[in-house]
Amino acid sequence: MGKIMLDVKDLKTKYVTRFKEDVYAVDGVSLQIEEGKSLGIAGESGCGKSTLALSLMGYYFAPLHYMSGSIEVDGRNISNMTPDQVRKSILGTEIAYIPQAAMNALNPTQKIIRFLEDVIHAHDPKVSKKDIYDMAKERFEILGLPESVLQKHAVELSGGMKQRTVIAISTILSPKVLIADEPSSALDVTSQKMVIKMMRDLMEKGFIKSMIFITHELPLLYNVTDDIMVMYAGQIVEKGTAKEMVFDSLHPYTYGLMGSIIVPEAGTRDVKLTAIPGTPPNLKRPPAGCRFADRCKYATPECKAFAPAMKDIGGGRAYRCSMSLEQLKEVYGRD
Amino acid sequence: MVVTNTTERKPCLSGRGVTKVFGFGNQKTVAVDHVDFDFREGDIISIVGESGSGKTTISKMILGLIGVTEGEIFFQGQPRDIKTHRKKQEYWKGIQAIFQDPFATYNMFKKIDEVLLDCINMRGGKNLPKEEKERLMTEACSFVNLKYAELTNKYPFELSGGQMQRLMIARIFLLKPKILLADEPTSMIDACSRATILDMLLKLRDEINMTIVFITHDIGLAYYVSDTIYIMEHGKFVEVGKADDVILNPQAPYTKRLISDVPKIHEEWDLSTV
Repeated sequence: MGKIMLDVKDLKTKYVTRFKEDVYAVDGVSLQIEEGKSLGIAGESGCGKSTLALSLMGYYFAPLHYMSGSIEVDGRNISNMTPDQVRKSILGTEIAYIPQAAMNALNPTQKIIRFLEDVIHAHDPKVSKKDIYDMAKERFEILGLPESVLQKHAVELSGGMKQRTVIAISTILSPKVLIADEPSSALDVTSQKMVIKMMRDLMEKGFIKSMIFITHELPLLYNVTDDIMVMYAGQIVEKGTAKEMVFDSLHPYTYGLMGSIIVPEAGTRDVKLTAIPGTPPNLKRPPAGCRFADRCKYATPECKAFAPAMKDIGGGRAYRCSMSLEQLKEVYGRD
Repeated sequence: MVVTNTTERKPCLSGRGVTKVFGFGNQKTVAVDHVDFDFREGDIISIVGESGSGKTTISKMILGLIGVTEGEIFFQGQPRDIKTHRKKQEYWKGIQAIFQDPFATYNMFKKIDEVLLDCINMRGGKNLPKEEKERLMTEACSFVNLKYAELTNKYPFELSGGQMQRLMIARIFLLKPKILLADEPTSMIDACSRATILDMLLKLRDEINMTIVFITHDIGLAYYVSDTIYIMEHGKFVEVGKADDVILNPQAPYTKRLISDVPKIHEEWDLSTV
C-alpha cells in the first residue's frame, strides 16, 4: 500500500442562503487516495461533485461554509485554515485545481508566460523570469505543447490547446493532488483525448502524485481512473475499482447510471437505455430515510424511514443500501 | 457523394451541391462545400463531425436561417421557396428545431402554459375551446414525462436543464412538423437525462413518423439513435451509410479516427494515436 496523499474523513459543508435555509451539499464524505492512484467521482448534475472539489481544497468562500470533518494532504491538516492561508500555502504546491470552464479562466490581455510567473511568484517571489521561462519551456516540451504557446495570448489558442495550457500552468509546481472538475466536457472527442493523454503523462512522469477526476461521462472515467466513487445527493453511494463499478455495480443508483452508458460498439444499439425517473431530492431538507428511495424501483417502506449506512464489503468496495448482496443480485436478476 | 441505396420511402428533404461561403477574397471560408444529401421520411439521420466541420452551418441552411451560397434544397420533392417572410413561416410549419442550449431558447417573460399555448395557436387551434387546449397541453406534457399541473404558473427558468429540453420536445409534439432538426440537444445535460431525451426522440419518430435530423459530435449517440449517418469533415460528407455499416465497418480514415477517439468500455482505448 502506497503512501496516502489525500485523506478526508466525514467532511460536511453547506451553502448558506439568504433565507436561512442551508443547503447541505456535501454530507459526510470520506475518501482516501494513495500515491500514484487516481479516483473518479461520478454523479448527476447537482449531486455535489463540484462542491466536493471546492471543499477538498479548503476553498471556503461565502456562501460555501465548512461544517465538520478533516482533510489531510500528505499528513497535513488543512481543514482549519482560512481561505487566504490555503491560497498561499496549499494551492499550486499541495493541491491544484482545474475548474469546469478552465479555458475561460485565462485573462485575454496577458501572455501565457505571465500566468506561470504569477503562479510561481505567489509561492517564491525570488525566482527570476529567466528561470521561470526555462522551467516552463522544459515542462511544456515534455507535455507535448509547443514553446511558442508561452508567448501567445489566450485568444490565439484553440479550445483544446487552452485547456491543455491551463492544466500545464496549474501543475507547474508539481502538486501532490490534482483535482480536475470536468476538464474535457466542453471539448470535442479529439481534443478530449489529447487532454486525457496529457493528464496520464503527468501521472506517469510523476509531476502529480495523485488525481481526482470529476465527470458525469462514465465511459471516460472507466478509461482514465483506477477507482470510481458515485455520488448522490451529497453522499457517496458506492465505491470500488473502475471495472467493478461498471460491470458489477451494487447500488441501484449506480446500476441505473450504468444503464445510460452509450458507446459506439457492436451490440449497443439493441440494448435499450434505462433512464432513472424523477429528480434528486432538495438538499435544503434532505429526506430522513435513504436519499434515493423516491426514485428507486426496489424501495420498500423501510427505505424511506431509515437512512442506510455505508456497508464495507472488503477490497475497497462499499455501498450504501439496506439490501444485502444476495438481495441485490436477486432484484437485478429479475429484470 | 450521392446516397445510392434507394428505399421505397421518398426523400422529404434533399440537397444538391449545397455550399456556404463566408466572407470573400482572401478572407473566404468555405464552411459547407458542395454537399448532396437525401433525408428519407421517417428516418433518424445523424450528421457527425468535430467542431468547425460545418454541422451547424448546414443545419442553419436547412432551417432557412442563413442563405445558401450555391446549390439547392428540396423540401418534399419541390425546390424550397423561402424568399418572402410569409413563405418562410409556411416552411417552418414543416420543419422545427431543438437547439443545444435550453436555457437560451425560451422567452423568459412567458410562462410555460403560454409557451405551449402558442404552439396550439400556430397549428390553427386558436378557436378551440379552453378544455380542449388544456387537454392537448396535458397530453404533450405527459408525452415527455412532465406533469402539466405542476408546470402551470411556472417560468421556464424554474426548471432544470433536462426538464427544459423535455419541454422543448413537448412543443415539437404539439407542432407536429414533418422534420425535426436537433442540433446537439444533449450536449448540455448530464449522461443520465441524456438517455431520456434520446428515447423521446425515438418515440417521436415511432409515434408520429417524424423525420429527425440529429446533429452531434458524439459518434456513440449517433450510433444509438440513427438509421443513417453522415460523417462530415471540413464542410464535406466523407462517409454516408447505414448506422451499422458506418460504425462497425468504417471506410474513411476520418470516421476511423472519430470512432477511436471515443472512450469505450469493452475494448481498450488507445491513447497513443493522439
